[in-house]
Amino acid sequence: MPKHSKEKGPAVSGLKKCPTGIQGLDEITQGGLPMGRPTLVCGSAGCGKTLLAMEFLVRGAVQFNEPGVFIAFEENAEELSKNVASLGFDLDDLARKKKIVVDYVYVERSEIEETGEYDLEGLFIRLDHAIKSVGAKRVVLDTIESLFSGLSNQNILRAELRRLFRWLKEKGVTAIITGEKGEGTLTRHGLEEYVADCVIMLDHRVTEQISTRRLRVVKYRGSLHGTNEYPFIIDETGFSVLPITSVGLNHKATDERVPTGIPRLDAMLDGKGYYRGSSILVTGTAGTGKTSLALHLVNESCRRGERCLYLASEESAAQIIRNGKSIGIDLSPWVKKGLLHFHVARPTYSGLEMQLVTANKLIREFRPAIAVVDPITGLTNIGTDLEIKAMLLRLIDMLKNSYITTLCTSLTHGVHSLEQTEVAVTSLMDTWLLVRDLEYNGERTRGLYVLKSRGMAHSNQIREFLITDNGIDLTDVYVGQGMVLTGAARKVREMKEEAEASARREETERVKRELERKRLIMEAKINEIRSQYESAEEELLACLKELELKEKGLASDRGVIADMRKADASKDKKETGKKPDRRENR
Amino acid sequence: MAKKKAESSTKEFEQALKKSGEEKYLLKLYVTGLTPASTRAISNIKKICEEHLKGRYELEVIDIFQQPVLAKGEQIIAAPTLIRKLPLPLRKFIGDMSNTERILLGLDLRPKKQK
Repeated sequence: MPKHSKEKGPAVSGLKKCPTGIQGLDEITQGGLPMGRPTLVCGSAGCGKTLLAMEFLVRGAVQFNEPGVFIAFEENAEELSKNVASLGFDLDDLARKKKIVVDYVYVERSEIEETGEYDLEGLFIRLDHAIKSVGAKRVVLDTIESLFSGLSNQNILRAELRRLFRWLKEKGVTAIITGEKGEGTLTRHGLEEYVADCVIMLDHRVTEQISTRRLRVVKYRGSLHGTNEYPFIIDETGFSVLPITSVGLNHKATDERVPTGIPRLDAMLDGKGYYRGSSILVTGTAGTGKTSLALHLVNESCRRGERCLYLASEESAAQIIRNGKSIGIDLSPWVKKGLLHFHVARPTYSGLEMQLVTANKLIREFRPAIAVVDPITGLTNIGTDLEIKAMLLRLIDMLKNSYITTLCTSLTHGVHSLEQTEVAVTSLMDTWLLVRDLEYNGERTRGLYVLKSRGMAHSNQIREFLITDNGIDLTDVYVGQGMVLTGAARKVREMKEEAEASARREETERVKRELERKRLIMEAKINEIRSQYESAEEELLACLKELELKEKGLASDRGVIADMRKADASKDKKETGKKPDRRENR
Repeated sequence: MAKKKAESSTKEFEQALKKSGEEKYLLKLYVTGLTPASTRAISNIKKICEEHLKGRYELEVIDIFQQPVLAKGEQIIAAPTLIRKLPLPLRKFIGDMSNTERILLGLDLRPKKQK
């Protein structure tokens, strides 16, 4: 996203921008504040105007080598440096290095008598001097409206302010002017009249006892900008704005897989596990092992040396680690190695937006490969379904854009249909695992289905989900005879089945043996017949031979006799010898 | 000198009050170059001083264009600015010093009852 805005910002607007260095703000304003022009930051008391302005200066000085001037009307330099020290800014050090000048302007009405016409040249000179002393590129006037309470001549003041802003533009410094929010107007004294280039409004709202800070760019002359209200947080590292709408549906998709940590579950998911960068939802009723599934993924990923972020809202880190040990997963080494980071906070600790911002910050800083949100249903306490859905959508998009594999657990209550999460987020998820209680015959067992898994051929079958001392194990359930059984019922059924099967096997054997026997009998009979035939054959053949011999003998006898009689001429011998043969054959 | 007085007892304080008519004034006028307002202010304050504080005042005119550092030190925002350094308390007047009544009142040169 930042890339996108960098490309688009200046090209479209043609306006030079001054990067604030504040997380997220540069994205919303597509590059920063208008360079060389004043920007008005307004908001009610305590919404962070001074801090925003100060961070703009400090980051300018530190990151962009642009020295700055801070004209304070409300706090003196000492107070100011103390106040911002809590954000990690060392103002005194920056002042020593000639990076930042803080000038405290003290205006007290009771000490000032107005005796005729005057101008604010004194202020101009001081500002000019301060700018020159460090070569400042950035200026903050916080809060110039104090002048209105210090000086009574509004006409002079307004004319002078107009002159001041024009002067600032001429100087080419990028300025932030802060102003207190007025009734129905952006600022109490109508500063927006003079500073019209860019107006940023800060807001601090409390809804249902939970406060959320929000930022909105009301106006940005000559530039595109995000128009929504963006939540922001102020913490020990300063401002952090979350540009939500910049999150788009353009995340990468790869074929890379992330093993689930449970071989059988991998097998169910096309044999390889989850897709990297996909979102996984694990739903189930209380105590069905949703967290255990998450722990497996975390453990497996840490073993591969990937960073994991665990956002927990119901259990403390220590409790999760202890519970992990009970199923044979020891996460403590990963925590020590810095591979696993727990962020534990009750959802009611801050507003939804805040949690989003916090998560965003953690993701940016920790850069995890795997994120676990356990559970997402914890959020239902602090917002309407619509808000939560919007928030989760952003969170998931954010994680997907960062190419982080996300596993969310969601608790379903008995009253809801199991295939419906309390916050309807299933459509956002790529993979949905459902863990459910199976109650049968006075026993509760757990079953796991893969309800959906986008882009892979996943198993449609239920698996029995066993939580053992060595982690989760998935076994096949008994499926057959129109029944699905798990647990002890499955065991009983299986034993019964086994008995039936062995009985069946015996029967088969018996039939087979019978058949064999029949065959043997048949063969014996055949053999007998054959031997009978053979003996008969022998006899008959002998008989035949004898008859033939007899025939031969007869013929030769006849020849002898004929010879003896000299019946024919000698040349006829052969004919006579042959002719009788033919006759014999016939 | 002023500090000692403030710390001293009631008696001394009363004495000081008696003396107030002849107290010494230290005035500083901060101007910005020779703008019409600056020039007016200089002549106006000089006139007032001559009329009401003759012989017991010291007036210093400072151009903050020349000495911008002083503007920061003295918390000057408007110009011209007149600062009554002595007698205490410190007083500031801004403007071209055309409102004589106000200045006299502010400099404690006119009893308040009169007004």
